[in-house]
Amino acid sequence: MSEIRDDLLKTVDRIFDEHCQKSVRESAEAGEWPAALWQALEEVGVTRAALPEGAGGSGIEFEDAMFALRRSAYHAAPVPLAETMLAGRLLAAAGIAVPEGGLTVAPVQRNDQLKLAKEASGATVSGTAHRVPWGNLCAHAVVVGELDGIGVAGLISIVGAAGSVERNLAGEPRALLRFERAPLIAFAPLEGALSRLETEGALYRSVQMAGALERTLEYALLYANERVQFGRPIAKFQAIQHMLAVLAGHVAAASAAADAAVETSGIAPDEFGVSVGKSRIGEAAGKGAEIAHQVHGAMGYTREHNLHYSTRRLWSWRDEFGNESYWQTRLGRAVAAQGADALWPMLSRL
Amino acid sequence: MHEFRYDPVQLPASAQILRSDVRTFIAEEVASGAFTPSRNSWNTFDADFSRRCGERGYIGMRWPKQYGGHERSALERYVVTEELLAGGAPVGAHWVADRQSGHQILRYGSDRAKQTILPKIAAGVCFFSIGMSEPDSGSDLAAVRTRAIQVESGWKISGTKVWTSGAHRTNYLIALARTGPKEEDRHAGMTQFIVDLSHPGVTVRPIYNLYGGHDFNEVVFDEYFVPDDMILGGVGMGWKMVTGELAFERSGPDRFLSTYQLLLESIRAIGPDPDDRSANEIGRFVAHLATLRRMSTSVAGMLERGAQPIVEAALVKDVGTTFEREVPETFRHLIPTEPTLGEGGSYPELLGMTILRAPGFTIRGGTREILRGMIARGLGLR
Repeated sequence: MSEIRDDLLKTVDRIFDEHCQKSVRESAEAGEWPAALWQALEEVGVTRAALPEGAGGSGIEFEDAMFALRRSAYHAAPVPLAETMLAGRLLAAAGIAVPEGGLTVAPVQRNDQLKLAKEASGATVSGTAHRVPWGNLCAHAVVVGELDGIGVAGLISIVGAAGSVERNLAGEPRALLRFERAPLIAFAPLEGALSRLETEGALYRSVQMAGALERTLEYALLYANERVQFGRPIAKFQAIQHMLAVLAGHVAAASAAADAAVETSGIAPDEFGVSVGKSRIGEAAGKGAEIAHQVHGAMGYTREHNLHYSTRRLWSWRDEFGNESYWQTRLGRAVAAQGADALWPMLSRL
Repeated sequence: MHEFRYDPVQLPASAQILRSDVRTFIAEEVASGAFTPSRNSWNTFDADFSRRCGERGYIGMRWPKQYGGHERSALERYVVTEELLAGGAPVGAHWVADRQSGHQILRYGSDRAKQTILPKIAAGVCFFSIGMSEPDSGSDLAAVRTRAIQVESGWKISGTKVWTSGAHRTNYLIALARTGPKEEDRHAGMTQFIVDLSHPGVTVRPIYNLYGGHDFNEVVFDEYFVPDDMILGGVGMGWKMVTGELAFERSGPDRFLSTYQLLLESIRAIGPDPDDRSANEIGRFVAHLATLRRMSTSVAGMLERGAQPIVEAALVKDVGTTFEREVPETFRHLIPTEPTLGEGGSYPELLGMTILRAPGFTIRGGTREILRGMIARGLGLR
């Protein structure tokens, strides 16, 4: 581990230990903004860590920023860190100044389309965006669409704009945003804006799932060594050992796939790496959560135990920004179109 | 914190040159009719092909030049290995000697063993088998009964080894035998011997596999004499060597490319415009494969740096062999066909051959269950 990464790990873990207690997670699920946690992350520059230095970043490498995101998911931190990083990177890529505070993105559903239009005073956005993550608690959103057939990213204030708020399985808010000729604060062309939002969103959810899986394994190992039945820790039973070995395989694969996707996405999200990552890690999320719960027995099924903060996130994130089937099919089509003989050169290019 | 690190590796420029060198070689071999990729697995024994690999410097790549090696790095060897496997090359004759026996001799062998045997392995003319399992000692390797008794200037071995792949065609076998009395520590008192299979005193009988193929053998030693300088390591070091050394042979591309030819031919059969279901399954396998390759190359990089990623390496084999076994099970649904006995010359034959070989993937080199037990130990559960 590099020295920078080591420092970063200590810094963010300290923040999460201090500000991401169970009570904070619970009140966030009840709708309260975790102000102290967010402020602490802002103060050390984590919320802007994924931005290039010229766009107000903290001079942190993208890979290290993704490591911080992974740790936030390990700690089940109820904050729009991924969304803020994603929105910020879209703005930076479009050359738009990145505002302070929590940011989100829209649209995030494949069936939603926002209509951008040029008007005398600037540009406006119209349309409905469903399940915008943290859309009720962020001050700004980055909207993407097309203007004159060209991809565009725009910045818009969404204070008070949210309609009904749903929650994903982890209790994270997903808000309905309805725009009617709402003025953009700024807008600029961004090539392939829609697909960039989707692919980069899938990258961040992949990284988050890798972090949540690490925590899930840790909980399961801890519990198996503590819980005594038939006169010995259940970790001593071969059935449990084998289940945990399989879980470890999923966690290891998720970790490797997340790293690989991040490494090739420094400038812009890498289609192949993200397709592989979201597919493989999404599968690991479901299979891993199942094993972790089975090992925990009834205890893991309670609100009292912390396991659910990780597994409910896994069950939510695997379906956001495209589930496994979506990315696998996309990847499978690309592979089939290029033909069998192109597969090995593609796999061995790195 | 249990964090699995699969750091990226930077392949040296020389590895890229080697990669295209191997690709050219395979293309030439296939063009000349020397082999057909879909008919092979990495067990396919082809002594002529192995000799040509030796001529090209693809065997013993990491060994010192004085023993016929090429003083290449682990990553350079990795690239050659994965290219041969992905290309469906019949590497079975030299595989064991190159992957593990030669390495053990280099590390633990006497000067005479190193000087007489290693150059021949590297030349692709000397092949090895593994002599660990016995009729009553499979997963429980410490139960070996083959016994070696010290005599003047050497040892006399008696006992029976089974599942000995290729012993009817290989030149040597490394046998694990009991040399000390049974002690409290059942891992003590075991020693590894290099056994020359061409000498009298060794009987090799076939054990036909489920599809009638001859790969396995039963090897019987009857007071077979092994000179002192054909001991590997020291007397009593056998257990440590078989467990420690082989731990690092679990993470190679042979642990996830066994069904790669079927994957390729399935993609070919499905064609460039797959339906959703086929596209989905192809994509899933490619995602698994890309991830496994990342894990595997990363372990190779760690080994090169002198790290000991035992759990990371074991996980590659468990996840990799699970993947291998899913490939035929999935494509049989997507490409309706009846698997057919044969040599793999057609899709039904390739599917049939893969189904019949698949049970071995999660048994050879330590069963899935033994492996999961080792992973559990690495996780602090045992």
